[in-house]
Amino acid sequence: MKRLMIVDDSMVIRRRISRTHGLDGYAVVGTAEDGINAIEVARETQPDMITIDLTMPNMDGPEAIPVLASLCPQARILVVSALSDKATAIGALASGAHGFLCKPFTDQELRDALLELAQD
Amino acid sequence: MSKNLEQDTIEVFINSLAHFYQQLGLDEVEIGVPYLLDSNHPIVEDYTGIIGISGRRKGCVYYTCPQALLSYILLAMGEKDVTTDHLCDLVGEIANTIAGNARQAFGAEFMISVPVVIKGEPEKVSLPKNTRCVVIPTKWKFYQSIIVVALE
Repeated sequence: MKRLMIVDDSMVIRRRISRTHGLDGYAVVGTAEDGINAIEVARETQPDMITIDLTMPNMDGPEAIPVLASLCPQARILVVSALSDKATAIGALASGAHGFLCKPFTDQELRDALLELAQD
Repeated sequence: MSKNLEQDTIEVFINSLAHFYQQLGLDEVEIGVPYLLDSNHPIVEDYTGIIGISGRRKGCVYYTCPQALLSYILLAMGEKDVTTDHLCDLVGEIANTIAGNARQAFGAEFMISVPVVIKGEPEKVSLPKNTRCVVIPTKWKFYQSIIVVALE
């Protein structure tokens, strides 16, 4: 069972991602609503997989990703964001993320993105 | 801003909203004729998500819609718990998605804030002065919603 942490300031999105993964062999070990909270939860839960939004209050995704990558070097990080320009995607990958999924997404697109990341 | 650029800008937001609905299987969104809004009199439905814009463009973008439509979208997302908290959260997320997707056209210097959510209360919506505010009316089945684009 993959250990998944979900980071998004939207409760609706956190719950949606949780529901999608319950069906596919992922156990949600933690959720966080911003980067600061994500770092605390990652320390405690050591996830294998992290989905993270970019636009969040307090500490945003671009600030949190390098910290999470360093705290959990085993974790694959999937950015799930509405920021759909190429520079943002490239920047996220350069800072330690492994994949990028643009919002809005379908359940199938999310499954595919996580599967692809898990197989890399 | 030239007329063509303004039309292009409006189209970016129309496409963003249409894409959001399509991804949820809510096809056949009707887009009404855009019109100008007096910045002193913002229009709101039951729930409104506002995104501040900074960087190369300045101003705000907001999405506002009735509770019934938001409830339907929540259900379409598989969320059975239709609470006020979830409705507020969702309207902010829709506004965030519409504005965030616009970066594909406008680039990374089109910077967006986290959403501010308002339930009713049009007096709490503050539109930038001396800026053209364009209303894009949309309709899906019986449900009207509106995007307002107020950009310098």
